Amino acid sequence: MESLGSVISIIHIAAAIALLNGIFTTFGQSKVACQAIESIARQPEAANDIRSAMFVGLAMCETSGIYGLLVAIIMLFANPLVDTLVNLIS
Amino acid sequence: MILNIDNLWVLNVAGVEVWITETIFNTWLIMLFLIVLAVIARIKLKSFEVIPTGCQNVIESVVEIFDNFAGDALGEKLSYISPWYFMVFVYLLTSCVFSIFGFRAPSADWATTFALALASFSLMLIMGFKHRKGQYLKSFFEPHFIFFPLNLIGELAKPVSLSFRLFGNMLSGTIILTLYYALTPLFVQFGIPVFLHAFFDVVFGAIQTYIFVIISLMYVRGAAAD
Repeated sequence: MESLGSVISIIHIAAAIALLNGIFTTFGQSKVACQAIESIARQPEAANDIRSAMFVGLAMCETSGIYGLLVAIIMLFANPLVDTLVNLIS
Repeated sequence: MILNIDNLWVLNVAGVEVWITETIFNTWLIMLFLIVLAVIARIKLKSFEVIPTGCQNVIESVVEIFDNFAGDALGEKLSYISPWYFMVFVYLLTSCVFSIFGFRAPSADWATTFALALASFSLMLIMGFKHRKGQYLKSFFEPHFIFFPLNLIGELAKPVSLSFRLFGNMLSGTIILTLYYALTPLFVQFGIPVFLHAFFDVVFGAIQTYIFVIISLMYVRGAAAD
């Protein structure tokens, strides 16, 4: 029982670390939005084209953040390595 | 706090267990809703006039807006596949609006999004081979034939990333709402969650629907345009 507890706490720490990639995702997205706003201010007549390109770019950046979320969820709810870890520790 | 997808019934078809999950049932509800809408539009189509009024205005403008959007993204020559993407767009949009009523959105299940992404991927391959034939096959071996494994991995990652993006967004909305319901006392669970649903499910869902469709269109155009 004790080893299961330590495995679960390790898994929770790992999920939290997986979610840390949100920091870098946010920085990347802010850079995309910042550049888009700058170019809209410089050339307002191209605002529609820039906006649609910005949305696609934002979605591309967001992918890595979502992968982090999915890794965290898989670790918490569908971890295939729990039995191995329990055997390893006990 | 329950995050998993409920299993409603188990059918036995010739010795094989078929699970009817919440996702399938909600998909049927959305299909029913959309089919009824389509039949109503078809019946109204008979009484269409040259100068549109009322209901005809709405139907015509919706179809026209999407046709222009798909035509811009695809180009004139390929725009004949836009009805398929109209279906995907309307289905995904309805599924995130449905989650306002407390249903679990079908797109918060990887099976649904992966099915749609796989269909987009097959459409991309078919359009590529139909419009460019040998040229398309040759594009896997460019700039040199040793790049073939890299190109292959790049192509196979497309449906996976397309489906994970939509699934992750819808799932994150579901998780945040589930946390809210699990952590707050009962008296704030009426009224306030509507705004959270509107933000996390409908706004994010609509943006992701747009992204899903426009990225699929870009893939198709990249494969089929010369």
